[in-house]
Amino acid sequence: MRLDVVLRVVTKLMLPFMLVFASYVQFHGDYGPGGGFQAGVIAAAALILYALMFGLSAAQRVVPTWLVEKLIPLGVMIYAGTGVVSLFLHENFLNYSALSHHHPVHGQEWGVFTVEVGVFVTVSSTMIAIFYAFGGRGR
Amino acid sequence: MIAHHLPVIIVLVPLFGALLSALTKRGAVAWGIALIATVLTLAATIGLLGHVLHDGVISYEIGGWAPPIGIEYRVDMANALVILIVATIATVIMPYARVSVAKELAADQQAWFYTMYMLCVAGLIGIAVTGDAFNAFVFLEVSSLATYTMIALGQSRRSLLSAYQYLIMGTIGATFYIIGIGLLLTITGTLNFVDLAARIAVTPYDRAMLTALAFITVGIGLKLALFPLHVWLPNAYARAPSTGTALLASTATKVAVYLLIRVYFNVFGISNIVGDVPVLELLLVLSIAAMFFASFVAVFEKNVKRLLAYSSVAQVGYMILGLSMATSTALTGTLVHLANHAMMKGAAFLAIGAVSYQLGSVSLERMKGIGRVMPVTMGCFVVAGLSLIGVPGTVGFISKYYLVVAAFEKGWWWLAFMIVASSLIAVFYVGRVVEVAWFAEPSKEAAKLKEAPLSLLLPTVALAAACVFFGVDASLTAGLAEAAANALFGGSL
Repeated sequence: MRLDVVLRVVTKLMLPFMLVFASYVQFHGDYGPGGGFQAGVIAAAALILYALMFGLSAAQRVVPTWLVEKLIPLGVMIYAGTGVVSLFLHENFLNYSALSHHHPVHGQEWGVFTVEVGVFVTVSSTMIAIFYAFGGRGR
Repeated sequence: MIAHHLPVIIVLVPLFGALLSALTKRGAVAWGIALIATVLTLAATIGLLGHVLHDGVISYEIGGWAPPIGIEYRVDMANALVILIVATIATVIMPYARVSVAKELAADQQAWFYTMYMLCVAGLIGIAVTGDAFNAFVFLEVSSLATYTMIALGQSRRSLLSAYQYLIMGTIGATFYIIGIGLLLTITGTLNFVDLAARIAVTPYDRAMLTALAFITVGIGLKLALFPLHVWLPNAYARAPSTGTALLASTATKVAVYLLIRVYFNVFGISNIVGDVPVLELLLVLSIAAMFFASFVAVFEKNVKRLLAYSSVAQVGYMILGLSMATSTALTGTLVHLANHAMMKGAAFLAIGAVSYQLGSVSLERMKGIGRVMPVTMGCFVVAGLSLIGVPGTVGFISKYYLVVAAFEKGWWWLAFMIVASSLIAVFYVGRVVEVAWFAEPSKEAAKLKEAPLSLLLPTVALAAACVFFGVDASLTAGLAEAAANALFGGSL
């Protein structure tokens, strides 16, 4: 374990950049390639890299298993909930135009933004859950 | 306001039920959520059915995007009937689920089971309600993935193997379906069922179209366990938790049958399919093979759950038989059999699940004399069994009556003979269970048992009673099915 100092240090250096890149992909998804799915995978990859370098229990101290299990349905709920909000605003399901009083296009933008947050939450937590499930076998 | 949104509410309610169940750790809480969600879904479905009966076809634009660009939910009599079947069965099973699931599943898995149960219901209703070919694929995957997990939650380690087997076959099926839809998209440039139908009608019927038809037929054929694509089904049904088996056996294959009917009648147009390639004749042969082969295998099956699963393959044969005859009467037979088979298989699997609950086994060997100690449960099984045979006064007779009449209308008296002959095989496999359960001396083990708890009995009795009620007075089920068949034949999706 002492010999992988370089890997550990490089990992620690890379992690913040990975997370920033994940949020770039997330928030820039409206204008360029990217979106919740890709960003979720990148964010999960950061945590998985951390787990590979510092061990599963270290990673589970950062993001515990119970939290991951709650986040998976929560993301879907954010997505579907956004659609339900437009139901309550007297529009059809998932019609984001209703979300803004001023301009339907704003509503669409906010709607897609919220939905992508939901996608991010579910995708990243699902990736982590799969990794925990495999990593935790035989323990 | 709610009335307008009913087509999407019937999908959203079970979806949110699934999500909320996933957020709780406790099985009992998840059960409560699932119960509320199923009841609400059923209420919404009945409301929706009322609207369809009153106003005709209902179209709902998801996201406010008009079809054919946007996804459209489109409800007519045919899918209203299918949704009603799914919602009713899902609700009726719920009281049964609590006790059965609590016994069969580990405490930390129960909430997940209800999540999968509700996701499966949401997916199945979604397939039925959508008017978009790709959206149907998405819901097909939602329901299938939930089903794989539900099967894997079964008691024995072999449940995992069965789930994996089904995962492979189901994924191939879904892939074939999407390849077919992809071909149709390249030919016509649209995914909306109505738009597809309109464009296919004016497109020359070439080889690409035929390939699309072939892929879709095989893909859905795998999902609905059409002989000889049924091999995943017996293991999956036999090893899933009892509650899961009852839900799957009564709903999953029905929805796939519906999808095939929809694609045949309202997308390709049945007159197109009756072209130079004998698609319907092929389906006719396969369905007759299913009726005989699967019933025959069931006669020699020792595990009662597997026996019923093979019987399901045979019953799917009857449904596809009606489709392949492609007349209004035959299609009514198919559609009414969707409802009828849901009742009888639901009752049969619930009864066997109750036996499994008390006895811990469903092998014929150990079920000796079980009818004497659990008379109500096995009584329900007998009613369901008589329905499977098609005895007059039960729902099975109604379905077969329509099919036989349709065969005579076509002048195919040999087919009518075969329908009756295959029913006779059902006498044997049902008879074997009845003989062992009622006429054999109870073993020491069985003699100590008592009748199943009330929460298990009530849904079982309810479905068995429905078998008799709708067998005597079929005006509701057959009336709905006839309206649905007319809607499909009218081509006015």
